[in-house]
Amino acid sequence: MPKDGIGASVKRREDLRFLTGTGRYTDDINLRGQAHVHFLRADVAHATLNAVDTSAAAEMPGVLRIFTAKDFEGVGGLPCGWQVTDKHGQPMQEPKHPILAEGKIRHVGEIVAAVVAETLEQARDAAEAIELDTEDLPAVIDMKQAVAEGAPKVHDELTSNLCYDWGFVEENKAAVEEAFANAAHVTTLELVNNRLVANPMEPRVAIGDYALHDDSSTLYTTSQNPHVIRLLMGAFVLGIPEHKLRVVAPDVGGGFGTKIFHYAEEAFCTFAAKQLRRPVKWTSTRSEAFISDAHGRDHVTKIQLALDADNNFTALRTDTYANMGAYLSTFAPSVPTWLHGTLMAGNYRTPLIYVNVKAVFTNTVPVDAYRGAGRPEATFQLERVVDKAARELGVDPAELRRQNFIRKDQFPYATPVAVEYDTGDYEATLDKAMQMAGYAGFETRRAASAAKGKLRGIGLSHYIEACGIAPSNLVGQLGARAGLYESATVRVNATGGLVVMTGSHSHGQGHETSFPQVVADMIGISPDQVEIVHGDTANTPMGMGTYGSRSIAVGGSAMVRATEKIIAKAKKIAAHLMEASEADIELKDGAFSVAGTDKSVAWGDVTLAAYVPHNYPLDDIEPGLEETAFYDPANFTYPSGCYICEVEVDPDTGRVEVQSFAAADDFGNVINPMIVEGQVQGGVGQGIGQALLENCVYDADGQLLSASYMDYAMPRASDLPMIDVDHSCQTPCTHNPLGVKGCGEAGAIGSPPALVNAVIDALQRDGKSVSHIDMPLSPARVWAAMNA
Amino acid sequence: MYNFDFVKPSTVEEAVAALADDEAQPLSGGQTLIPTMKQRLNAPETLVSLLGIEALKGVTVGGDRVTIGAATTHATVAREVAEAYPALAALAGNIGDPAVRNRGTIGGSLANNDPAACYPAAALASGATVVTNRREIPADEYFEGMFATALEEGEIITRVTFPIPEAAAYVKFEQPASRFALAGVFVAKFAGGVRVAITGASEEGVFRWSEAEEALSGNFSAGAVSALSLDADGMMADLHGSAEYRAHLAKVLTGRAVTAAG
Repeated sequence: MPKDGIGASVKRREDLRFLTGTGRYTDDINLRGQAHVHFLRADVAHATLNAVDTSAAAEMPGVLRIFTAKDFEGVGGLPCGWQVTDKHGQPMQEPKHPILAEGKIRHVGEIVAAVVAETLEQARDAAEAIELDTEDLPAVIDMKQAVAEGAPKVHDELTSNLCYDWGFVEENKAAVEEAFANAAHVTTLELVNNRLVANPMEPRVAIGDYALHDDSSTLYTTSQNPHVIRLLMGAFVLGIPEHKLRVVAPDVGGGFGTKIFHYAEEAFCTFAAKQLRRPVKWTSTRSEAFISDAHGRDHVTKIQLALDADNNFTALRTDTYANMGAYLSTFAPSVPTWLHGTLMAGNYRTPLIYVNVKAVFTNTVPVDAYRGAGRPEATFQLERVVDKAARELGVDPAELRRQNFIRKDQFPYATPVAVEYDTGDYEATLDKAMQMAGYAGFETRRAASAAKGKLRGIGLSHYIEACGIAPSNLVGQLGARAGLYESATVRVNATGGLVVMTGSHSHGQGHETSFPQVVADMIGISPDQVEIVHGDTANTPMGMGTYGSRSIAVGGSAMVRATEKIIAKAKKIAAHLMEASEADIELKDGAFSVAGTDKSVAWGDVTLAAYVPHNYPLDDIEPGLEETAFYDPANFTYPSGCYICEVEVDPDTGRVEVQSFAAADDFGNVINPMIVEGQVQGGVGQGIGQALLENCVYDADGQLLSASYMDYAMPRASDLPMIDVDHSCQTPCTHNPLGVKGCGEAGAIGSPPALVNAVIDALQRDGKSVSHIDMPLSPARVWAAMNA
Repeated sequence: MYNFDFVKPSTVEEAVAALADDEAQPLSGGQTLIPTMKQRLNAPETLVSLLGIEALKGVTVGGDRVTIGAATTHATVAREVAEAYPALAALAGNIGDPAVRNRGTIGGSLANNDPAACYPAAALASGATVVTNRREIPADEYFEGMFATALEEGEIITRVTFPIPEAAAYVKFEQPASRFALAGVFVAKFAGGVRVAITGASEEGVFRWSEAEEALSGNFSAGAVSALSLDADGMMADLHGSAEYRAHLAKVLTGRAVTAAG
């Protein structure tokens, strides 16, 4: 076991500051002379906005200026980063997403006016004096009603509330229909993938600053991808060239996807700071977060699986309504399509697949990527329908899966949904998880539960995800308006220490610990000699940020490439110093030696020579030791795994208690096992949250009923079992230099179906004819299903 | 939060005088009031803290009863009543979280009478007496529906006296988000009969289930209530449970409380 290099469970160096309260989050930043903004947000879901009278409010104490949509004439709307093409070849309907509501209110929480004042309380007081002239319109909330004939329109300028009607793979549709017609058995399941609010511990914050002396703007923000914000806001919204705009995302307290997107508040603070020549700060309250952070999931799906007489999967078709909310958030259109449809093969050899997705506008908060983003929705429906099929056919759910797995000798495997899995061994993780879970001994535990009056069930799910997002040329063809490479600059100092400036962003993932392990391992020095810099566009190369379990696979690969360049140059210097041929230079344990001799120079001697080039091949190479690499992956990575969950259901109350959870993941190579285990456990915690507790609910008028922690149930430690994690089944990725696949989202993807399958198993073993319960499996819902 | 004046009198008389102002509100822990003020949903001009009044604090155990000062925190009750009235102490020790238990008070809870609060169930099932600066109010006459009590303007609770039952238990089924009672049942067995109070379930707030009381007074076992049922009419319904579910839950919890009481 390496002491502190690749594969070592090095303790997280960033935790010292996080655990001692000395992290520096955006809200910790207070700029001299800063003003505060309070956003007046719509309290109705759908209304005309005829006039905003700020005259009385403007006279209130401390008010610097009140902004309305009129102040943003000539300013762009918030851009959408992905254009989906529908099944007829037409681009999606893409309405303008204004910074402040223009003429119409489209969801509760939309910004109607912004009051900037000396203090936050003054801004709030003044906001109460703003008079709105509005006329309520019928709200469009239910997706199927939204696309029905004659439904009120969220956007009057669009033809309907249908953003797009996507078919994938359209050419397969007829063959899929035929396979269903010939099937020996068809399993059908209708389900809801419940809408979620991400709820990172740190709410969003934005501080705009403007420097008159060089006409530059700075935005401090809670972002997973500061360069993306700089590009979107600078180029598309405010028209600020990138060299005049700096975006800083310092310590960020959790993102889970909802801090990927470019939000109105960021553009507002940057814009207002320049207008007022004062820094402008906004810190979201938790209440605001519920109605302004992009929500996640919210799919309504009908899925059907066709099987032949030998229980082989012959075809799959699925119809999904995906809620976009009132506007298209940054990556919203890609989530139910390219991050969802392409995963519908799962771990199986299903030869024919057709996916239809109707994306729908409603008078709700925009919906976008949330931990897993499309892949949890794909995995949930697939693993639920496979489980249902096994129960209908009377076969063991594990064995039906095993029978239909892509076998390990079939890789690389091209699925019928456009992706090619490079590696995998699904039976290995299935066997491992079954062993961890004590699958064979379930009956004994069930009997023990029964003796206590509890119903026990066991459920499993097998997931695959596409991570390491993403090959730029491929996603460009699919409608992405961005490249998805990653960058790293490795700067070696004269005395041998290194600074790695990465375009990845850490908001809980532990990059400051795991990234140095890689670089240090390559050179053979201590990770303590490597520092990671991220989160500031002023001192990192253009990068795309952290989401989609991409950082080690893409950002780490960029870092490897840059370090390889460093090593190559250092070898040239070492060869010169030892008067040897470059081809004979070996680097080991932080020293360069000449093969077959006892000649050696230390890493620090070489780095010093690079910066004090007295004895140096100046004719051949430049002084200094700093290299940058951009890495664009050749393919997605395909982590996979098997999760097994055991539950007890209280038949009298419907309460579900998770008894055990076993997760066997194949992440390829693993850099820091401790961090990987933490990522899986955190993801499983969120997945259990979705499956048992969390639910974002609107009423028919578009009021958010679950708008605080009084009604939105977050998972707590007491809701979770010990989560048993294993990552010993490793089929390394074949196309990135570290052989890594990414682990950030797996837990949230694989766990909800395992848990729901376990509850259904418990009820069916008790003789109940319950075949599905929609998440969250709250006590009331489970009890109602049992007593239906 | 809007601006407000804050006074912290040291006697009940001073507090009553300060509360004579229409725009003044008493503060006794503030675990409901302060969050609503922060959200600007409540805007008293003056907050009159009762926590400076030493006479309102503390626990006295005497003979067959426990008397708790109105400004006594849940944490104190959990600690100091554990021996004399364990079911009451256990209830207090499971309200909210440690921060809530170290700020919230029994007087504040009973004056607020949240329909999902725990203390009202204990007071009603125990047949407690709510003592105010003016009078003594039996629990049966004190609770008047959701957030409504017999307290009049200018009347503040000074202490609550609980008769100690022979056996008792409180069983709470938590609402998944707030962890308030989705339903909570306090069962108390006295020489003269059994009292059953249910919180969290009814649109009218805490109530006694007389049918169960009768059955349990004859036979104090879970089986005695298994054939009974509560009417779903008048039960609360929301995201977390239907009226039918709450009615069912209250019955299940009654049986469990009886079993727990032993």
